[in-house]
Amino acid sequence: MGIDIKLPIGLMFSILGFILTLFGIFTGSDASMYSRSLGINVNLWSGAGMLVFGLIMLALAIRSRKSKTT
Amino acid sequence: MIDTGFVLSWIDYLVMIVYFAFVLGIGWALKRFMKDANAFLEAGRSMPAWVAGLAFISTNLGALEVMGMTGSGAKYGMLTTHFYWIGAIPAMVFLALFMMPFYYGSKARSVPEYLKLRYDEKTRGLNAILFAVMTILASGISMYALAILMEKVLGWNFHLSLLLSAAIVLAYTYLGGLSSAIYNEVLQFFIIVIGLLPIVLLSLKDLGGWHGMQEQLAPIVSGKGFAPDTWTTTWKYTGEAKANPMGVEWYGIFAGLGFVLSFGYWCTNFLIVQRAMSAESTTAARNTPLIGALPKMFIPFLIIVPGIAALVLMNTPGKGFSLPVNEAGQPIWDYTIIMLLKQYLPAGVLGLGITALLASFMSGMAGNVSAFNTVWTYDIYQSYIRPVTADKASDDRHYLKVGRMATIFGVVVSIGAAYLASMFGNIMDFLQTIFSMINAPLFAVIFLGMFWKRTTGHAAFIGLLAGFLVALMHHGITFPEGADTLVKGGWICKCHAYPVEMAQNFWTAIYACATSALVTVGLSFATRQKKSDDDLRGLVYSLTPKLAESHEPWYRRSTTLAIVVLLIATVLTVLFW
Repeated sequence: MGIDIKLPIGLMFSILGFILTLFGIFTGSDASMYSRSLGINVNLWSGAGMLVFGLIMLALAIRSRKSKTT
Repeated sequence: MIDTGFVLSWIDYLVMIVYFAFVLGIGWALKRFMKDANAFLEAGRSMPAWVAGLAFISTNLGALEVMGMTGSGAKYGMLTTHFYWIGAIPAMVFLALFMMPFYYGSKARSVPEYLKLRYDEKTRGLNAILFAVMTILASGISMYALAILMEKVLGWNFHLSLLLSAAIVLAYTYLGGLSSAIYNEVLQFFIIVIGLLPIVLLSLKDLGGWHGMQEQLAPIVSGKGFAPDTWTTTWKYTGEAKANPMGVEWYGIFAGLGFVLSFGYWCTNFLIVQRAMSAESTTAARNTPLIGALPKMFIPFLIIVPGIAALVLMNTPGKGFSLPVNEAGQPIWDYTIIMLLKQYLPAGVLGLGITALLASFMSGMAGNVSAFNTVWTYDIYQSYIRPVTADKASDDRHYLKVGRMATIFGVVVSIGAAYLASMFGNIMDFLQTIFSMINAPLFAVIFLGMFWKRTTGHAAFIGLLAGFLVALMHHGITFPEGADTLVKGGWICKCHAYPVEMAQNFWTAIYACATSALVTVGLSFATRQKKSDDDLRGLVYSLTPKLAESHEPWYRRSTTLAIVVLLIATVLTVLFW
């Protein structure tokens, strides 16, 4: 219906992923903060995962838009 | 207030704000496509199968489900997967292959409308009115649960939380209708998977993987009087009810959950079926439940496994993990997932986890509201209050307006129901009980209607009522052991005790469905079929031309997808036998 859902999904996860990745990088040295997550920088990992997922969705959205217009 | 000690920081709120900005943005973007009632209430029948499929499963993955099932993971272990494998997959495959062609092909716009086309007005009326009332109550209860969660966990004001979440849901369903609800369900699906994945991985890592968890689980489970591997197996200890914590034997699970309850829920609940009806073609409509089944099978690893881990953590003093307790000193199992979020997630991903829960609460409400306004507009308003006229253009505008008004009305009544729920704590148990009493007979009646052309309208109507009455009576004379309120049963006499509530629910549904089927079959022989074969074309299996799939390549046929789904489900069942 009207808009391609891949576009908002891609945009949202790219933005959230970007925010969390940055946050993860800036807080990476804070060992006490990540002690509860067993010393793993979950913000960095989650953020990077979301960023990749978001970008793939965006790429798919752009591809299907192109294939529609041509 | 339960002290869960949550402190959210600015980054958590930022994640939340970004998510809800997108939720509202989608509604806003869809607004200009809402030109008539068809677009608003049926999403213009334009959804690709994967979108409808993810929305299909997302509707079922509400926050109450997530919280309840994680709690069940701790309480019953992998036995809980019966709700996801035997209790869902066969029914979803059946809906896809055998029922969707009739729901979709009949051009019915709702399940009640199918009843009208197949049977008669009174059967539709009964179903439509019951459905409308129950849906609104369900929406109110999930609103209440959300506000309680925000109050207890985040320390927000109850009334403010309630009104704010109602306002968000109202805004995006009013703007974009069913499409908006569906798109947001897809968004919710991804955020819940991504938001909860870290606690699955972290809790398993913490306990030394699956095997490490099994080892630590053994003494805890033995201490409860069960075999050491009870929590990590599914069918092994269902030979007798006492050997497993659910208190049900394999045939009770098989017949009650695997057949009656799941077919009643997945194949007749309009809230679910509506997602498949919004698909763009018959093939897409058939594929919708199958595509939904793929993630459904793996959801247990996302929400049940952390629940099992929580049981180990609770019993390992060094981990500092505990659940809040109620007045009776019993742990509140529904808070398992919340406490796990708190245990493992630092600021940032914590916001993501909380957002995932809030998102699933709201999309649950939106789903209910969007199903309500369809049934209200088509099955009640259009049938009894203002029928269609000759002027199609003005009708379109009129019913779109009615659909929008119904959305506002639905949300307002839901808020009322939420306050009702806050006054009567048992209302949720009550509603779930009634729901299972309505769904099981409905499945018998729809099934007979689709596959036996002799079934008559009078028989179906009486069959529905008889099934409901028997369910009510069974509930009235039996009770789960240790029940403290009459809502749980035994309000006529305490004649038979079930070891646990679940066993009682299973048997209530089995009796209701069997009664309804017997009465409907019997009365169909006794009454005259008023519908001719021509009337029933497209509605009954034997009178409808078989759907030709042969023009599709083999890998795109629904049957192929169904076989894949069943194979994966079988492998999972064997692996965790």
